[in-house]
Amino acid sequence: MTSLAVAEVEIANAAAPSGIMEVAVGPHHPSAHGVFRMDVQLDGERVVRLKPVFGYLHRNHEKIAETCSYLGSIPYTDRLDYLCSMTNNWGYALAVEALAGIVVPERADYIRVIVGELTRLQNHTAAIGFLVQDMGASGTPLMYAFREREKILDLFESLSGARMMCNYMRFGGVRVDCSPEWLEEAQHVVAGFPRFLDEFERLISGNEILMARTQGVGVLSRELAINAGVTGVMLRATGVNYDLRKVDSYGIYGRFTFRVPLGEHGDVYDRYMLRVLEMRESLKILEQALTGIPVGAIMDPKTKLRGLRPKVGEAYGRIESPKGELGFYLISDGTANPYRYRVRPPSLINLTVLEDMCLGQNLADAIVTLGSIDIVMGEVDR
Amino acid sequence: MLGKGVIKGLAETARNFVGSFVDRGRLDGNGITTVQYPEERRALPEATRQFPFLLYDGSDPEAGLRCVSCHICEKECPPRCITIEKSTDKKPDFVGKPQFYPAVFDIDVSVCMSCQICVEVCPFDAIRMDTEFELSTDDRFDGLMWTKEKLAKSNEYFRAIHPTEAAEVDERRAQELVAAEAKAAAKAAQVAAATVGASQ
Repeated sequence: MTSLAVAEVEIANAAAPSGIMEVAVGPHHPSAHGVFRMDVQLDGERVVRLKPVFGYLHRNHEKIAETCSYLGSIPYTDRLDYLCSMTNNWGYALAVEALAGIVVPERADYIRVIVGELTRLQNHTAAIGFLVQDMGASGTPLMYAFREREKILDLFESLSGARMMCNYMRFGGVRVDCSPEWLEEAQHVVAGFPRFLDEFERLISGNEILMARTQGVGVLSRELAINAGVTGVMLRATGVNYDLRKVDSYGIYGRFTFRVPLGEHGDVYDRYMLRVLEMRESLKILEQALTGIPVGAIMDPKTKLRGLRPKVGEAYGRIESPKGELGFYLISDGTANPYRYRVRPPSLINLTVLEDMCLGQNLADAIVTLGSIDIVMGEVDR
Repeated sequence: MLGKGVIKGLAETARNFVGSFVDRGRLDGNGITTVQYPEERRALPEATRQFPFLLYDGSDPEAGLRCVSCHICEKECPPRCITIEKSTDKKPDFVGKPQFYPAVFDIDVSVCMSCQICVEVCPFDAIRMDTEFELSTDDRFDGLMWTKEKLAKSNEYFRAIHPTEAAEVDERRAQELVAAEAKAAAKAAQVAAATVGASQ
């Protein structure tokens, strides 16, 4: 931990009788990835207890959605995991489609896969950029990652009108069609992406500081990962082969050939490497989807966007978001608003194992471990 | 070898430092991802959206305002930032049919989240998204509460910022106008025939 970071932690109880010091890291700590606080009890530099404290960004997301129409909730889902608005829309759209029995046209499914995988690329570039930043490599790797991410955000802006709050998908399809020029531009970005990955890996992956700071750090056991309901990269880094794109094959994922990279140690380095490997697999999916996209409708013509009243029932829609299993659970009572709306946020559930990963390690390693979970507080607190 | 990573990092720095003077790809502007805002500005994509505005036809913002005060956007707006009060009298719309108009139409842009749900649900093509983004003001309340007068913008402006979308809307409205005129003509003919029939 740098001297600056030490200066910023608030010392709550400096001289506890047992020699244990209690430190509150955050909620305004630069490495806290948002307004998040870790109440850490330290024996010297060693973490003996860690209590995650969150809720600073709570904004009644679920209750608001219960007062909104089914259409009106879509822009709010953008603001859950604000780095990946496209996949949030997708998860919600799947839940409403299951509830109302809507079938999505083929072209819309292709567009969803394209923007979904682009979202995975830009989320993982940001995640590994911030992770390396947490280890003290301030600047270069993060800026390299953000330069590449910006190209994908430009694609999102020219398609949906906004870089981050895309509000693009609808139950029954997508909002606007993508032009041939947009597809060409996307192909251009996808073709240029491996060059960035190679450059980034050449610079970082074999770096001894990175390896010293990440290998064997923040180890999560396979049993605990499964029992705690951890999903996404965190789970696969422990060697469990569970990717909803393969398990559920939601949308049209069954048509694409790609592999699911798995780790074996479950440490921070595995999570970092898995994100890089996942990006390479996403590029394969993107290449297949961009060449195979058919012409046709982008919206189911029978779907009524405004004033949708699904019949009484319940539905759960889930996707493999870049952070893990993102699920939306809806109960309809036949009116225009959902009776119950519940989000299963991957960030929150992955965050619950933070203490188990950090015990017995140095405080500086706890910061890196937190960075490797890849949390977004908008989704943790809702 | 210990220290290899550090040397590699320094080599990257050196390569970029030298490259900024000799790399042709970087000197002629390709590969540069940043611009010197506000002196330099990138062209915005056509789909860009910021905040909504109200469209009017012709040159008079009062007479040509397309909004018929149907309250659909007010009800559908997720953060509820639109306030509409319906007029008591009516004015003719673009096909000549008498319609209500908004006596008050306010959008609180400090609440608006630029989601463009209002645009999607509007059946009269009366509200669209603007691309203006330099909107800072020192007036926390009135400066961010946009009234009908500030929101009204001409169709020419819409054509300039969203050409493709505007062309579609214009074509659809032209067809509606033709259909309305044909209907009016048919009705007039019917009335004329009935009058002739009655007088005989």
